[in-house]
Amino acid sequence: MTSQVKTRRRPVAVDPVPWWLKVFGGLVVAFFILPTLFVIPMSFSSATTFQFPPPGFSWRLYENFFTNPVWLDSLGNSFLVASLTALLATTVGTAAAVALSRLDGKAARFARTVLMVPIVAPSIVVAVAVYISFLGWRLTGTVGGYVLAHTAIAVPYVLVSVTGALGGFDQRLLKASASLGASPLRSFVRVTMPLISRGILTGAIFAFIVSFDEVVIALFLRSPLFQTMPVQMYNSVTVEIDPTISAASSLMVLAVTIIFILPQLLRGRAGRRQERRP
Amino acid sequence: MSSNKIRWSGWLPLVPALALLAGVLLVPLGKTFVRSVSNPDLTLANYEHLFTDGVTMTVLGRTALTAATVTVAALLLGYPYAYLMTRVGPRARGILLVVVLIPFWTSVMARNFAWIIILQDGGPVQSAFELIGVHDVVLYGTNAGVTIAMTQVMLPFMVLPLFSTLGSIDRKLLLAARGLGSSPTAAFWKVFWPLSRGGVMAGVMLVFTLSLGFYVTPALLGSPQQSLVAQLLAQRTTLLLDFAAAGALGMVVLVITLVLVAWANKVGGTVSALGVVATGQPKERV
Repeated sequence: MTSQVKTRRRPVAVDPVPWWLKVFGGLVVAFFILPTLFVIPMSFSSATTFQFPPPGFSWRLYENFFTNPVWLDSLGNSFLVASLTALLATTVGTAAAVALSRLDGKAARFARTVLMVPIVAPSIVVAVAVYISFLGWRLTGTVGGYVLAHTAIAVPYVLVSVTGALGGFDQRLLKASASLGASPLRSFVRVTMPLISRGILTGAIFAFIVSFDEVVIALFLRSPLFQTMPVQMYNSVTVEIDPTISAASSLMVLAVTIIFILPQLLRGRAGRRQERRP
Repeated sequence: MSSNKIRWSGWLPLVPALALLAGVLLVPLGKTFVRSVSNPDLTLANYEHLFTDGVTMTVLGRTALTAATVTVAALLLGYPYAYLMTRVGPRARGILLVVVLIPFWTSVMARNFAWIIILQDGGPVQSAFELIGVHDVVLYGTNAGVTIAMTQVMLPFMVLPLFSTLGSIDRKLLLAARGLGSSPTAAFWKVFWPLSRGGVMAGVMLVFTLSLGFYVTPALLGSPQQSLVAQLLAQRTTLLLDFAAAGALGMVVLVITLVLVAWANKVGGTVSALGVVATGQPKERV
């Protein structure tokens, strides 16, 4: 009804978006964003519990986060594991994506599907299987164990972003490069890599975040001597009731927001550059 | 240069990725499966127990119900949202898209901790209900709370397949229906909805399947008495150290998941939807 009235008043809007749909969209946006923001006021709380609203303002939780060795060590461990994971997953994933872009047929499609399995397999099942095997291989609680497990689940993200970047890649460039005498490796480094660098970088960032934030497998692989930050956060809710988690959460939200917006901006700029081309 | 040589050298760069996946994932899963059927002789006892122990089936049923509720909620929220995305300008669409992906990329622990604060006894949700005269609403420690928190992070998996389907529907069909005298509601249900069913199917399958395996959210926001299958699996592994029984349950969950994903993938490009959620690069078909 309303749309018909509008049509008569404003002949331009033949097919308007109803106002209630916009309101609904706004509410869904709020549902996406607002809940997580509650951790920010909490992080300046003076309480020793999870009481909300906070009874008073204090920097105590941040102070504790940056001085308490338990939190600092777990932060350092997470950085270490995530950096190594990003490095390994990006190398392995990029190689796989480049290979798959040049192969076709059933076997290649199957290989791609297999590599995507970690993204759909329930992390709890993966965690249990990895835990049981890693116990036998003495990999639980080791940096190597974390990096291997996290790399396996990070590779699909690299695969997807590099494959996306390869979408516009002209394979004839490689033939040209080979005909000029370059070895396949040299062709890759000098021709392919510069053209898909954005996809590789995006993949590396995603691999880093996937590892840095991973909690389920980390919960199983933890040892008293080595645990990552998400596990320490988990402990602080389940075992310790330590409100320092709200400072940690706020920092994580801030970091991921910055890291997540970065590739979006990179992509935006590259998109504009392409548009400008004649 | 023989074509055979190209074929084999072409596969070489795939080896590290496949080897890593095999070593870290496929071998452990395989070993788990072998352990679940050997005692040490071949046996299906561990799988029979799942049906007869009285706990597993209840928990699986509860998990399926929770996943179904999350799916319905995500569809009710996600369909209009995806529709809105197809109707606004490119700039607003970009913003709506980034917003969809934020919960997925927000720290899992931060997100769940935020829900603990919001849903806890004396928290903002309870206070809000007090204002309208409803007292003692405690969602923390209930499956309702778990469902709300899960819906938030599952929404992208509903919105993105829907967005790509809805965006490809020719709106002139709707205008034609209107021009022929049908009401907006009738035009929607008779023209638009049937054309969008592929996307609905893909989103529904994806959200339901992914919801089955949630561990952190029910473990932190739910109650041990109302545990979901992931919690049961964790408990049998780390507390009871019953690796064979845990393995059997894990295999059942894995097979259900993979079968559903494979089916969803047939219905509508689900794996590509996952790729979009993973990297925020939608293939716009508008």
